[in-house]
Amino acid sequence: MATAIEVRGVSKHFRLYHEQFTSLKERMLHWGKVPYEDFWALRDVELEIQEGQTFGLLGHNGSGKSTLLKCTAGIIQPTSGEIMTRGRVAALLELGAGFQPAMSGRENIYLNASLLGMSRKYVDSCFDDIVAFAELEQFIDNQVKYYSSGMYVRLGFAVAVHMDPDILIVDEVLAVGDELFQRKCFDRVRQFQREGRTIVVVTHSPDLVRQVCDKAAVLDHGSLVGLGSPAEAVRSYREHLLRRQAYLDAGEMTDMLTLAQADPPSDSSPEADEPSSQAGRASVPSHAVHAVRTDPDPSVDDSDSRDRATPAPAGEGTLVVSYVHFEPGHSSGKSYVETGAPMEVVIGYNSTATFRDVVPTVTVYDHKGVVLFTASTKLSPAEIEVTPGSGEIVFSFDSMPLLDGDYPVTVGITSFDDYTVYDWQEQQYTLSVITRSSQTGMIHVPVRITQRNPVVSPAPVGT
Amino acid sequence: MVAPTELPARGTDTEVTSRGGDRPLRVVAPKISLRKRAQAVWAYRELLGEMTRKELTVQYKNSILGFLWSMLNPAINLVVYFVVFQLILKNGVPRFAIYLMCGTLVWNFFSMGVSGACGSIVGNSPIIKKVAFPREIPALAQIGSALTQMGFQTIVLVVFLLAFRSGPAVAYLPLLIPAMLALVLLASAIGILFAALNVKLRDVGYLLGIGLQVWFWGTPIVYTYAQIRDPIQFGHSHYLWLFVLYRLNPVTPIVLTFQRAIYSVTSPKGAGGVAVHILPDHAGLWWYGWQLLAVIGFASALLIFALTVFANREGNFAEQL
Repeated sequence: MATAIEVRGVSKHFRLYHEQFTSLKERMLHWGKVPYEDFWALRDVELEIQEGQTFGLLGHNGSGKSTLLKCTAGIIQPTSGEIMTRGRVAALLELGAGFQPAMSGRENIYLNASLLGMSRKYVDSCFDDIVAFAELEQFIDNQVKYYSSGMYVRLGFAVAVHMDPDILIVDEVLAVGDELFQRKCFDRVRQFQREGRTIVVVTHSPDLVRQVCDKAAVLDHGSLVGLGSPAEAVRSYREHLLRRQAYLDAGEMTDMLTLAQADPPSDSSPEADEPSSQAGRASVPSHAVHAVRTDPDPSVDDSDSRDRATPAPAGEGTLVVSYVHFEPGHSSGKSYVETGAPMEVVIGYNSTATFRDVVPTVTVYDHKGVVLFTASTKLSPAEIEVTPGSGEIVFSFDSMPLLDGDYPVTVGITSFDDYTVYDWQEQQYTLSVITRSSQTGMIHVPVRITQRNPVVSPAPVGT
Repeated sequence: MVAPTELPARGTDTEVTSRGGDRPLRVVAPKISLRKRAQAVWAYRELLGEMTRKELTVQYKNSILGFLWSMLNPAINLVVYFVVFQLILKNGVPRFAIYLMCGTLVWNFFSMGVSGACGSIVGNSPIIKKVAFPREIPALAQIGSALTQMGFQTIVLVVFLLAFRSGPAVAYLPLLIPAMLALVLLASAIGILFAALNVKLRDVGYLLGIGLQVWFWGTPIVYTYAQIRDPIQFGHSHYLWLFVLYRLNPVTPIVLTFQRAIYSVTSPKGAGGVAVHILPDHAGLWWYGWQLLAVIGFASALLIFALTVFANREGNFAEQL
């Protein structure tokens, strides 16, 4: 099979000016000393995409995936290296880019089509299809400025998919319109796949990659860090996200430590979880769960700096959670847990006194903060007594039902009557799950699907 | 969320058709040769038509008089010049309205095309940032739109010619072809150059506005060429260098050609039967022809220079806008 896109040693350099001086006066005033930073959006990227492939490009915000896409589409030129594309390229970076509000839908179809390189004659031949696809038969002669945003985007998509591209480049524009229209878009993408067209999708939704791609690459800070099957790429992507998260948290941690005394209960943890949870959750297929503490170094007893509902009672000593592990993830050196596998949540604690009938609690949330499940000794006959020193409390789950994603976890220890909160760490931990299959949704429900043929019709009613 | 309804999953489709045939290979690289760029513009010529149409329709959409507005501005200017120069300053040029129209026809195109092109990249930033197409097209579309308006103004001019029962100099009419070529080349070159510079430095646009104003008065449009040349011929030779400078204006030969061909007379009889000098009496076809050739040569060189500058900066347009 021939190569459709060949990316050869492409680098892209930007100068980030702290201020843009676009007038001559400002230029004169700041002659030769306009402060800027060098920024490499892409570094020596090598990539080959075969004809007929549906290729996913994963990466966090600012990883350079859009820059690579723009270079491939020819919107910007690389600083060095070159990109060869075979065939007509259609880049859907923004639907309806260049629509003229004052012109009618009809005029805009012709203008937009010619912008994408289609001839007027060709548009004439498929004009009705475009209008029908966009579902705008009644409004096609109205000015586009009276269109709703949905109509606008539909028209843009309709024009783009009718331009008969050999290579279709899509930048997260598939999530447009209502459900019916989305289905239509996906059908069109599948049709393109069947027709052997090459498709490049840029996204930070691993779910989309699993759903439509044959192969995927992961970009991180402008470099290619992963390449392979969708599942492999998604795993590599998640691992990079987690590493990045740990790095960010490490920075945040120091800030929090200094602020801790002045402002103890800050509800700051959700922010920290945001980037990773966004990415993982939108897509929810199958998970392997990894467990990573938001706090990078569990050995440091920094629990005082974290949020607590109520500080531990004074006088009788303290009981604090010193670390939380998700097994087998951590014990096997992995940072995630797999869907369907057994899982243990290990809570390490330090105590300076004896506490009777303490209630440890583990609560897992989804990214919106909705509680998915809670486990504690409150409802179970088990009674836990803590003696001075350190120890571990283990929650064992037979099977981890969650699918792909990062789930915030709250861990706390209270007294049975709830009057005393020894330690409460609200959403301080993250349960990362990786799913090997391409299941979608949030939970894994084992299923068997069979077919009955012919359908046994119910016995005729009556005599 | 889109749930795939059909059972055959990705990758299992057997009817993947091979898309045979030769497909053009395109290379995106830091530098692209001038010839490749020209080919790309040619390949997108339909876009040029569509964008020209857009420029023409969008501007006067939702106005009752519509396209007439584009004629009104030059018309008012014409009336003002007529009143000031003919009625107040009494320049004594016969059929002054037609004389004026010959020059303003050229100038209106030139100034509209150049200033339109200058703002074209900045003005089309939404598409420049999102769609790949030859970036010269928006600038050229402005030239095209100015050309169309020139066509409409020509119709008005013809009506005036008929009203005044004034015929053109038929022998000189073919010269209008090289004159138009020179004019379009020159406007494109300057327009493309300024379009590229304007992206990074918006001052360029304002400077161009002022420059065009000075340039207008440096071209024999509202006054006659003879009013500049005759004093020099008759003794004031120490102004010669100034006259040479004046003659370096590449628009002048184009305007002179239009005046010679359409206004048709060089020294018509004015009030009281006295001949009024307007154009050189003894200049033949070649006098105009050589000058036009020189302008075409200069404009072509400038266009290549402009395209080179444009190409060097084009890669950053999407970022700098």
